[in-house]
Amino acid sequence: MGHKSDGQTGAGPNPTTADRVSDRELVITRMVDAPPAAVYAAWSRAELFRKWWVPQSLPMKLLSCEMDVRTGGAYRLEFGHPDFDQPMAFFGTYLDVEPGKRMVWTNAESEEGAVTTVTFADKGGKTLLTISNLFPSKDACDAEIASGATAAMDETLAQLDALLAAAGTPLAG
Amino acid sequence: MVQYESPSLDASFAALADPTRRGVLEQLGRADTSITDLAARFGMSLTGIKKHVSVLEQAGFVATQKVGRVRTCRLGARRLAEEAAWIEAYRHTWAARLDALDAVVQNMINEENERGTQI
Repeated sequence: MGHKSDGQTGAGPNPTTADRVSDRELVITRMVDAPPAAVYAAWSRAELFRKWWVPQSLPMKLLSCEMDVRTGGAYRLEFGHPDFDQPMAFFGTYLDVEPGKRMVWTNAESEEGAVTTVTFADKGGKTLLTISNLFPSKDACDAEIASGATAAMDETLAQLDALLAAAGTPLAG
Repeated sequence: MVQYESPSLDASFAALADPTRRGVLEQLGRADTSITDLAARFGMSLTGIKKHVSVLEQAGFVATQKVGRVRTCRLGARRLAEEAAWIEAYRHTWAARLDALDAVVQNMINEENERGTQI
C-alpha cells in the first residue's frame, strides 16, 4: 500500500501523480493552468470531454458520449477497440454535482466498479485537479491497477509524440 | 532454436500455483504477519505453513525476519516492485489523458480570449 508515483516522464507541462492511498482507493492529482470554471467545462460538456478522455495514443476510440451532468443524472460512453467487434459501454449516474467544484459518479458497468470523485480546487486562478477512485474491495482495486498497466503498455514513445503534435491542433467549431 | 526457460519464472509460477500461498500473499498485502498467526489463519501446522512461506521466499514474493522467537513475514521486494510498476503504469495512462485535457482547456481559453468574452 501507499505506493506513490510522481515521475515526470509524461509529456505534459505539469506532473501527474498517482497514489494508492489505501487498500481500495487510487488518487490522481494534476495542476492545470486554468481556472476551475474552464477545467470543469472540459469535464462536464460532452463536446469538450470527448476530445480528451481517450488520448490519441490509445487504440480505443470514443464512439459516443452522452452526459446529463447534474445530481441524479446519467452518463453513457461507448468505445470501439480494434480487437473487439462490439462497442464497449461504460455508464453510471452522477451522485453529486457542484458545478465548478466537484463531480461524483458511479461506474455501474461493473458490480465492482469504483465511485469516482473529481474535485476542482481553485489555486489562485489555477486548478488542482484530484481524481479519486474508491473501489468496493481491495480485489477490485487490484484488478483496476492491473488493467491500467495493460492500457499503458499500448503506449509507445512514438505514440506520445503523436499526442503532443495533436495537442497543438486547434479545436474544431 | 531459442529456449524460453527461466528458473526464476518457473519458481514464480510454482509459488503462485497454490491457493494457500496466494492467500498468504493477500494477507501480507494487508499487514505483516508472524508465522504463528499465518498458521492459525490458514488452519495449518507450523511446519506446513513454513514450507509454503519458504517457497514464496525463494521466489522473492516474501521476506521474513526473526526477532526473538517470532518470525515475521512481509511482502518481498519483488512483489512490492510489481505493485509500484502497476501504479506507475496507471499514472502514465492518466498523464496522457490529462495532457490531452490540458490541451483542450488551453485551446478553449485561447478561443475565448480571441472572442474577447468570459468563460
